[in-house]
Amino acid sequence: MSNKTPFFNDVKDNLFKYLVIGCSLLVVVLFSLIFILLVQRSLPALSENGINTLIGSVWDVNNLVFGALPAIMGTLVSALLATAIAVPISLGIAIFFTEYAPDRARFALSVFIDLLAAIPSVIYGIWGLWIISPLIKNYVQQPIVDYIGFIPLFAGPAYGLSIFLASIILTIMVIPIISSITIELLSSTPSPLKEGMVSLGATRWETVRNVGIPFAKLGIFSGVILGLGRALGETMAVTMVIGNSYLWPFSTVSIFAPATTITSKIAGELYEASNPVHVGSLIELALILLIITLIVNFASRAILRRISRRQFR
Amino acid sequence: MKKSTAGISKLSIIVVAIVALGAIGAIYYMTMPQGDLPASITAGGASFPYPIMTKWISEYNKLHPSIQITYQSVGSGAGLNGLFAKTFAFAGSDAPLTDSQMAEHPGVITIPESGGGIVIAYNVTGITAGLNLTADIIANIFQGNITKWNDPAITAINPGKVLPNADIVTVHRQDSSGTTFGFTDYLTRASSAWKLGTGKTVNWPTGLGANGNSGVASVIQNTPNSVGYLEFFYAHNNSIPYANVQNKDGYFITPSLTSISLALKAAAPVVANDIRASVVNMPGKDVYPISVFTYIMVYKNMSYMDQATAQGVARFLWWVVHDGQNYSESLLYPKLPSEVVTIAENALKQLQYNGKPLL
Repeated sequence: MSNKTPFFNDVKDNLFKYLVIGCSLLVVVLFSLIFILLVQRSLPALSENGINTLIGSVWDVNNLVFGALPAIMGTLVSALLATAIAVPISLGIAIFFTEYAPDRARFALSVFIDLLAAIPSVIYGIWGLWIISPLIKNYVQQPIVDYIGFIPLFAGPAYGLSIFLASIILTIMVIPIISSITIELLSSTPSPLKEGMVSLGATRWETVRNVGIPFAKLGIFSGVILGLGRALGETMAVTMVIGNSYLWPFSTVSIFAPATTITSKIAGELYEASNPVHVGSLIELALILLIITLIVNFASRAILRRISRRQFR
Repeated sequence: MKKSTAGISKLSIIVVAIVALGAIGAIYYMTMPQGDLPASITAGGASFPYPIMTKWISEYNKLHPSIQITYQSVGSGAGLNGLFAKTFAFAGSDAPLTDSQMAEHPGVITIPESGGGIVIAYNVTGITAGLNLTADIIANIFQGNITKWNDPAITAINPGKVLPNADIVTVHRQDSSGTTFGFTDYLTRASSAWKLGTGKTVNWPTGLGANGNSGVASVIQNTPNSVGYLEFFYAHNNSIPYANVQNKDGYFITPSLTSISLALKAAAPVVANDIRASVVNMPGKDVYPISVFTYIMVYKNMSYMDQATAQGVARFLWWVVHDGQNYSESLLYPKLPSEVVTIAENALKQLQYNGKPLL
């Protein structure tokens, strides 16, 4: 090592520098290529349908009418609903884990959270379709439809497969992401702060609420966004349980009605699509999904910046 | 010294043995049946014929070990794209070429390889078999115009059956599919009530969408009072009850290999005239009306691949429409009627390599 000239070390260092620059550029180039490809391939549809794809609610391949709004709505609502249900549950898991759980339970819990995260989505799909769908249909949807079905949001008939079921399955898929990040952050709360709270006579709940969560707020928010991203992009499990109907939310707004998502539309039709406008419209759907995730990302960054500025002022 | 001579002689024995084995191999190779040149053939397309295609490939490989064939079950559309891009030597498709595909890709010939029936599978409380349906009723159910199982239209043609006063849940394919194409083609031709047109996907006004035959089947099985359309063999293998459908002559026909085969036979004159013609709703007393062909598409002029592969493809396809048909019924595919085999023969005889016929 030491007998190498400084010049040689310089070359090595430069080489390394360019290597890591190359690696980083790869990400930028890949993203740009994907974006360009999506735009280019959706041109036939963009020029044919224009803005109608974004605001149209009918998808009729025979008549070359391609409106994407129900798919966009299905994607957004199922993902947001799933994340909304997952956040309190994940917080609960994380608080139990860091504040209450004995070491053994902690170990078991972390194993199970990791296992949940490792289950391939098609297995969630099969489980949702075969096991959860009939259960939810008979014991959740049917009773609710019977009692408050007059409210359009809970109108029947109870199919089982629905945007409601899709949200539940997505919730289960998102919980491990949010909870493991939250656990990580809550366990790294500086102990002097916690000890201070406890010595002032605060309960565990008060400690978590007033120290742990504010301290971890930023990170938890990032975790939630990560979970939302997962829910937005999920294909297989959602396709299997959402019922794939293009009627929601225009013919019915019931959360027990079947709906569809961008990803299941693409996965279902792309292989057999032959008309260029049809293919283009499906690629355009992909482009829309990409843009949605970009918006989510940028918005979350903006929010993060604001929170952190306020916090450290 | 002595030791090394022994070593050399051992070595020479080994060398001689290898040469001899090689020679035997070469002789065997040269005298192989029908003079097959080794070829590896890649094809792909429709998933519907995948089980029988796999059987054909393995049986053919036993007879002709030097021919390696792979068939990728990627869907009709992707299969045709593979053929047009000349990455597939042949493609399987559930629907014949469209006019625009014909115009863009001249020189593709169509060979009926097998067929199938599309059945109306149901899960109706109290009805385990023998539900009768007509094209008009099916069209109205799937368009959401008939919404109860005890609708007078259904009870009128099902005397003696107690149909529940329950909402009908329809199940259709979410993915683009040749099965949807056959089903909607039938309804377009057999019922004036059908307004959604013919296609691999249509704009369903009601019901649940599921992925693949397996998806539709499991939704039907898990949803009381549901009805959907499935490939015959899929419903049969999974013991899902399926309806008798009224045919063009007015008889209610149970889907079976026989009634589907009779439909293909009745379709022979139509297909002889135009290979792309629709074959659903054929006349005949015992014909099951929702019966379709599945096709192989191949370029007439195969000079773009090497000669051994071209020859391998031609001979394999010839075998498929002849001896291969003997394996069909064990996998619940109908045997091609002899009239259709003749049509396939005439098509295959057009295959050529550098201007010379391959068969």
